[in-house]
Amino acid sequence: MVSNEHKEYLKKLKRQKIIICICRLLIIFSFIIIWQILANAKIVNTFLFSSPNRIINTLISLIKDNNLFKHVYITLYEVILSLILGISISFLVSTIFWRFEIISKIMDPYITILNSLPKVALGPLIIIWIGTSSNSIVFMALLISIFITIINIYNGFISVDKSYVTLMKSFNASKWQIFWKVILPSNYKTILSSLKIAISMDLIGCIMGELLVSKKGLGYLIMYGTQVFNIDLVISSIFLLGIMSYLMYYIITIIEKKLTR
Amino acid sequence: MSKILKVNNLKKIYHDKDGEVVALSDISFDVNEKEIIAIVGPSGCGKSTLLSILMNLEKPSSGTFSFKKDTSIGYMLQNDCLFPWKTILENCLVGLEVEKKLTNDSKNYVINLLKTYGLEDFMYKYPSSLSGGMRQRCALIRTLALKPDILLLDEATSALDYQSRLKVSEDIYNIIKNEEKSAIMVTHDISQAISIADRVIVLSNRPAIIKKIYNIKLTNKSTPLNNRKTKEFIKYHDMIWSDLDGK
Repeated sequence: MVSNEHKEYLKKLKRQKIIICICRLLIIFSFIIIWQILANAKIVNTFLFSSPNRIINTLISLIKDNNLFKHVYITLYEVILSLILGISISFLVSTIFWRFEIISKIMDPYITILNSLPKVALGPLIIIWIGTSSNSIVFMALLISIFITIINIYNGFISVDKSYVTLMKSFNASKWQIFWKVILPSNYKTILSSLKIAISMDLIGCIMGELLVSKKGLGYLIMYGTQVFNIDLVISSIFLLGIMSYLMYYIITIIEKKLTR
Repeated sequence: MSKILKVNNLKKIYHDKDGEVVALSDISFDVNEKEIIAIVGPSGCGKSTLLSILMNLEKPSSGTFSFKKDTSIGYMLQNDCLFPWKTILENCLVGLEVEKKLTNDSKNYVINLLKTYGLEDFMYKYPSSLSGGMRQRCALIRTLALKPDILLLDEATSALDYQSRLKVSEDIYNIIKNEEKSAIMVTHDISQAISIADRVIVLSNRPAIIKKIYNIKLTNKSTPLNNRKTKEFIKYHDMIWSDLDGK
């Protein structure tokens, strides 16, 4: 059934995929190995720059002390909570803006200003108002992620092809019917890509919050590590953060693929 | 013959910051039952506005129009507007769903239409697997699903390539005649207008008024394709062409 040319083409695709995979692994492993070699040869100062084996030891001791999961868990909890809250609130606000255009016009300058305001400036105020609990960290992450998410989702809602809306109107559809049958299904992709942006924003917010005020979490570990000059701990935490954000991003990508076959 | 639609002195003025634009002025005409009316005019003259008003999507600035009691209206746009996330059958049921008329009977009616007009094999496929002509046919079935008495077609075939346009025009004509509907079709294609319609209304430039109404009388009138071969066809074409040219 399948022609030889097609077989050849498929083979080529597969080969390319393997090459890409190998190159990716090569980059990370050569980075780690060179780093370790330079550390062993005392070319890099491990007190300032740490080294792969010191990071592994740090991670192992964190696991032994039952500390690792506590810190990862709290950061993960904060990020996911702010993600869920953020996307829900943004969705609700965008829907209201879409339904009542006048409200979106009134609120437009405020959303723009709040989006461009460096939210870290509000950090000290948030601590005074809400306290030093996880709540204030989630609040901070929300502040950072929510406005850009609202802008993205709302723009998706209003850029749906007008003729789809005209068609629905010709069936005497109500505003809500238009929303559920056209606006929402046309925007699954927009919502998912907003979710991707929101993940990185929420991570920034949570870590920033933890740097400012906290007793737990990866941001706290980084801050604590810097204060006691334990660079191994700082880099280990950053490494964990990297894995965490990649995994979250990866999960959204899988959902995206499932939904947009 | 009884009238399905009466339009009296319709006028439409658009307002914007720079002032106002008169799109339609003093438009009056009737549509008989089972009659096909074509509206031609220079681009941007307000042909589509007229249909939007009849569809209640826009309000006229003055004037009135009235459909015969209990007339249901079907509307078709240039863009087929098929939802890419729904199958062909689901797309054809959208109108019924929205108007809460989806029953087993109405669904079977749609399935039969799909069978009659050659889309049976594509019922459970997605719009992306259809050609432009088939997509427009599917859009037509979605409109017919609501059993309209009169069809308003807004440049329904303009987005298609020449061959598909001829074929879909043929389909549309057959469907309107078989199902005994009336229709108003807005088009910029003079040949299409003459070959399909019983009467052709020619609009002027903005502000659009009715310049002329032609009763199309062809010897041996049959299908749109054959109608193009009649000797009167050329005559009408020349007359409408010169109307539009402003001579």
